[in-house]
Amino acid sequence: MNAYNFAYLDEQTKRMIRRAILKGVAVPGYQVPFASREMPMPYGWGTGGVQVTAACLTPEDTLKVIDQGADDTTNAVSIRKFFEKTAGVAVTEKTGEATIIQTRHRIPEQTLTEDQILVYQVPIPEPLRFLEPSEVETRKMHALEDYGLMHVKLYEDIARHGEIATAYAYPVKVEGRYVMDPSPIPKFDNPKLESAALQLFGAGREQRIYAVPPYTKVVSLDFDDYPFDPSKPAHPCALCGAEDSYLDEVITDDAGSRMFVCSDTDYCAGRREGRDA
Amino acid sequence: MYVAVKGGERAIDNAHAWLAEERRGDTGVAELSIAQIREQLALSVARVMAEGSLYDPDLAALAIKQARGDLIEAVFLIRAYRTTLPRFGASNPVETAQMVCDRRISATFKDLPGGQILGPTFDYTHRLLDFALAAEGLDPAPAPQVAAPDGALPHVTDFLAREDLIQPEADGPATPRDLTREPLDFPADRPLRLQALTRGDEGFVLSMAYSTQRGYGRTHPFVGELRIGTVAVEMEIPELGFAIELGEVVLTECETVNQFMGSKTEPPQFTRGYGLVFGQSERKAISMALVDRSLRWEELGEDNVGAPAQDQEFVLYHADNVQATGFLEHIKLPHYVDFQSELELIRRLRAEALGGQAREAAE
Amino acid sequence: MNAVQLEGGFANLSHDAAHAFRAALQAMARPGQIETLDMARPPAPCSVAAGALILTLCDTTTPIYLAPSHDDAGLRAWIAFHTGAPVVAPEAAMFALGTWGALCPVDRFAIGTSAYPDRAATLIVEMDALEAKGAVLRGPGIKDRAALSLPEIAAFQDNRRRFPLGFDCYFTCGDRLAGLPRSTHVEG
Repeated sequence: MNAYNFAYLDEQTKRMIRRAILKGVAVPGYQVPFASREMPMPYGWGTGGVQVTAACLTPEDTLKVIDQGADDTTNAVSIRKFFEKTAGVAVTEKTGEATIIQTRHRIPEQTLTEDQILVYQVPIPEPLRFLEPSEVETRKMHALEDYGLMHVKLYEDIARHGEIATAYAYPVKVEGRYVMDPSPIPKFDNPKLESAALQLFGAGREQRIYAVPPYTKVVSLDFDDYPFDPSKPAHPCALCGAEDSYLDEVITDDAGSRMFVCSDTDYCAGRREGRDA
Repeated sequence: MYVAVKGGERAIDNAHAWLAEERRGDTGVAELSIAQIREQLALSVARVMAEGSLYDPDLAALAIKQARGDLIEAVFLIRAYRTTLPRFGASNPVETAQMVCDRRISATFKDLPGGQILGPTFDYTHRLLDFALAAEGLDPAPAPQVAAPDGALPHVTDFLAREDLIQPEADGPATPRDLTREPLDFPADRPLRLQALTRGDEGFVLSMAYSTQRGYGRTHPFVGELRIGTVAVEMEIPELGFAIELGEVVLTECETVNQFMGSKTEPPQFTRGYGLVFGQSERKAISMALVDRSLRWEELGEDNVGAPAQDQEFVLYHADNVQATGFLEHIKLPHYVDFQSELELIRRLRAEALGGQAREAAE
Repeated sequence: MNAVQLEGGFANLSHDAAHAFRAALQAMARPGQIETLDMARPPAPCSVAAGALILTLCDTTTPIYLAPSHDDAGLRAWIAFHTGAPVVAPEAAMFALGTWGALCPVDRFAIGTSAYPDRAATLIVEMDALEAKGAVLRGPGIKDRAALSLPEIAAFQDNRRRFPLGFDCYFTCGDRLAGLPRSTHVEG
């Protein structure tokens, strides 16, 4: 891979992405258009996250890549290998050792620090997209801060189901201005969006980058009489006994027996090894 | 006892090894060469160059070989490679009026200066499987030769333009925006739309064009002219003060002539749809011209009848097969976490709904 | 073209740019936090930190305005050689470089549009001193409060009032760098 530049992208592309990231940081929750490039992995497989990570990496970084909370899922392995090859950076599975964490669908259980950057892979960055398919229209709504459509949707959920029937990619309002899609993380993770770490979001196919700076106010949308509830099933992890972590349900035999285990594999392993989380 | 599946890395390596073996197929059968693909699967090569936005027949042939003949995969390989290429500059616009044509037909005039040139076309072939091709080693007899037409062949639409019967095309921006360097935003002007269409998926652009013919935003098209041939690519060299020829490319160009009854702002006259595609790609070029014309409804003051081919967001956001295939196939990736949260939600809602029904039944 | 224009760029292009960007990212994400940027050697009057920012973020696609304090032939040539960024009037600039006094009035700079607030200028403000004291900062990127020796208060309060529109600032002094995005609330 020596024929390629550090972290794969050429310098001009990185400059373009870096400028978009900075504007995203300056306007928290606003989706900055950027000229996403074709990457050597398919659109929809983390190209936005990969481009943001490539633009942020320095040779001294330690990178962790997770998918569904796990370091050993195939796409996480593939992305981690890509950066080992093209940037020569150190990699880790330990949340506490990483300086940049690229993630798909989870926020690590271990509290992140000021020295870390969390990069999300985002499939559909526009929180209003499934309510209004036209980009021209949704852009107008953000410009006018007109989020009535979203409130109507949430209210209809309550009228029909008695609760807000959104379990993941639960919309948030950032710093009192932009409604933002936190990527398809379970709503259990939403409270962790207020973090000491810088959070960057990359949507390659949709050509958008956005950001939540450290300590930014991030509020999950709700109603006074139906407050946001990040609940999860009341099971402990069958492996480490954790009661505060998000769990995967695993079917263990043909009879459909099941068990619940931590989706964050490093958190679970750390608890079993007696590591400090 | 459940143990988290480790060894993703080994599984990936093994899958890649298997893939390489399958790509080669039976080693008792001779391996395909790049030259064979380039020469004998030339229309596949053309499609990969067009949708890959990179004119290089050898690289396209290599991509087809690597992709086991999956053309969308080959387009993806070319696009990913294209990303890494430095840009040295921009060529002058190519002059298709100066094209050395292998094929040039008009459906609007029986004869015209320069004549109709049928060229190497499948049109009028009877689609009968030629079992003689199954027996290898039979080179076809050479095709009869004629002298090339003298001078450049004028565009058919130029004849209509002399009578002011066809709308003149406005000058575009001096430097058109570049779809591959800037994020797409709306409204997209015509140069941007044409860029998206020429690299768009052939099947998608074809279906969009077909939908306009069947009444979803009908535009009454005639093929004013279809030409396929070679044009020179020239680049201005500031240090030299003149343009030098960098090479030649094969292009397919289609101009449709569309009936237009006039609107609030425009007098009745013919209008144009335009298609220009790398290589011999006439189905694509004609489709592109129809969709281009359909997307021009707003500037021509036509009604938006809500047809898909009139909706530039719909067409431009969904024409790219590299984007589409990636996002479609990403649902193969694990979604345990989202599925788990949906599972809990459905269980809870279902319990409430069934509880409600039970209460009603009891009452 | 003389040697000064050719020199002073990044010695290791991709690594130096990566380090400089991380510092610039930290500065913008944590207003008031002072970073060090020492990998460029621009000609006077441009500071080392401002030079590194320009090399990291500017190219032929980013028009730059040089305020009178920095509109110097040597610096113009250096920017042209290393980045190719066209030098333009304040209204057309994506980046602007100068002392605060020379950049004023700052209402000349692009603040984006309601549909595209990202289409706003980034000002690189050269300072005689840069310290984490003075004006009180609150907002995104700041745990409780931070402090920064800003050149004035009112202009940044006006800028915050237009949020999500507004320009974003870097302050540079020698090899020191701090950021102030439009999202920051500033108090005297």
